[in-house]
Amino acid sequence: MKCRKCTNRAAINMRQHKLALCPEHFIEWVQQQTERFIKKYRMFTRDDRVLVAVSGGKDSLALWDILLALGYQADGLYIGLGIDGGIDYSAESHRCVQKFVEERGDGLTLHVVDVEVLYGASIPEAARSVARGRGKPCSVCGLTKRHIMNRVARDEGYDVLATGHNLDDEAATLFGNTLQWAVGYLRRQGPVLPASAQGLARKVKPLFRFYEREMAAYALLRGIEYIYDECPYAAGATSIRHKELLNELEISSPGAKLQFYLHFLQAREQYGIFQPQDSTVELHTCPTCGQPTTNPEQCSFCRTWERVREQMTKRPTAKATNP
Amino acid sequence: MDEQRKMNETKPTATLIFRKQTFEVPAGMTIRDAIIRCELNPEAVLAVKDGELVTDDTHLNPGDQIKLVATISGG
Ligand code: SF4
Ligand SMILES: [Zn+2]
Ligand SMILES: [Zn+2]
Repeated sequence: MKCRKCTNRAAINMRQHKLALCPEHFIEWVQQQTERFIKKYRMFTRDDRVLVAVSGGKDSLALWDILLALGYQADGLYIGLGIDGGIDYSAESHRCVQKFVEERGDGLTLHVVDVEVLYGASIPEAARSVARGRGKPCSVCGLTKRHIMNRVARDEGYDVLATGHNLDDEAATLFGNTLQWAVGYLRRQGPVLPASAQGLARKVKPLFRFYEREMAAYALLRGIEYIYDECPYAAGATSIRHKELLNELEISSPGAKLQFYLHFLQAREQYGIFQPQDSTVELHTCPTCGQPTTNPEQCSFCRTWERVREQMTKRPTAKATNP
Repeated sequence: MDEQRKMNETKPTATLIFRKQTFEVPAGMTIRDAIIRCELNPEAVLAVKDGELVTDDTHLNPGDQIKLVATISGG
């Protein structure tokens, strides 16, 4: 198969776009498309300071690479979760992020927040010590990541927080939410979440129209070293099963998952369904951390971590908070 | 008949490598068909041949080694 734009051999064929491209033209295409989506969905401009949440995975590192190539003011935020899982997951992902930064030389800013250093327990330890985390630590993990991203964005004066969610992530979430008719979540899902008056950072997903496969190809072709293994706690996640189901569909109907998601956004615009709730929910300010919360008292992040610290000091076997 | 059997016995193959698994497939078919034959989803992998990304309409030559890169991640 030949590249649509030149006579070179294509490296990737995107059946949903009927488009095959060589490495050079694919990289160019991805960057141009990202620029188009950033403008079309009014995500940010070149005057804005963008904080990119980088996990060490292909999507977030690709996103940072693309934004830098396009000349945006993009800094990175890496959150150390302290997950080992037999594959040194966190250490390895941090190494990939570090390598990305070093390869690009000076002038790149990376904020590193280590959960264990800052809050006294790794994510798996924290999850073990509170009821919230029985089974998988994902709930504590998600809560903590959201809190830290928001805090760094606010404290360091960023205009917008960008994450590497791709179309497969978004379509799988939509699929899961639709199976449950989870109206609350359906209202909140989208490529752009505006900042709240109470201090929640504006959140955008510039890669939301790219297939996961395209992002892997981009990372490979750009020579970005990323963590190939999943977080060990992701195994068996429903979201993965949903991605597989959508990919089954994709074999016989190329573009099905893209249409599923784009038509959702369109239906919302045209028919007013699942409109993002405006200020109908009253937000309070957490007395401990100052972040907005729906709780009239402490936010769930502060409540969870207070319990973690209580439990950790009770148990003699647990790691000391301040060695 | 004999001729046929002989051909089958020496049928040239190519190899697909996915995570820790190795699959032997007949040469001559496309990478896409080979992926499907191995019960994997061509929409969820990328094919790398000799360190280069190739499209899945590429025909397999005898002795080819194709590394399949998983592209789905979760969490
Ligand atoms: S899979 Fe769960 S524990 Fe692992 S990074 Fe994702 S949310 Fe955190
Ligand atoms: Zn080309
Ligand atoms: Zn709080």
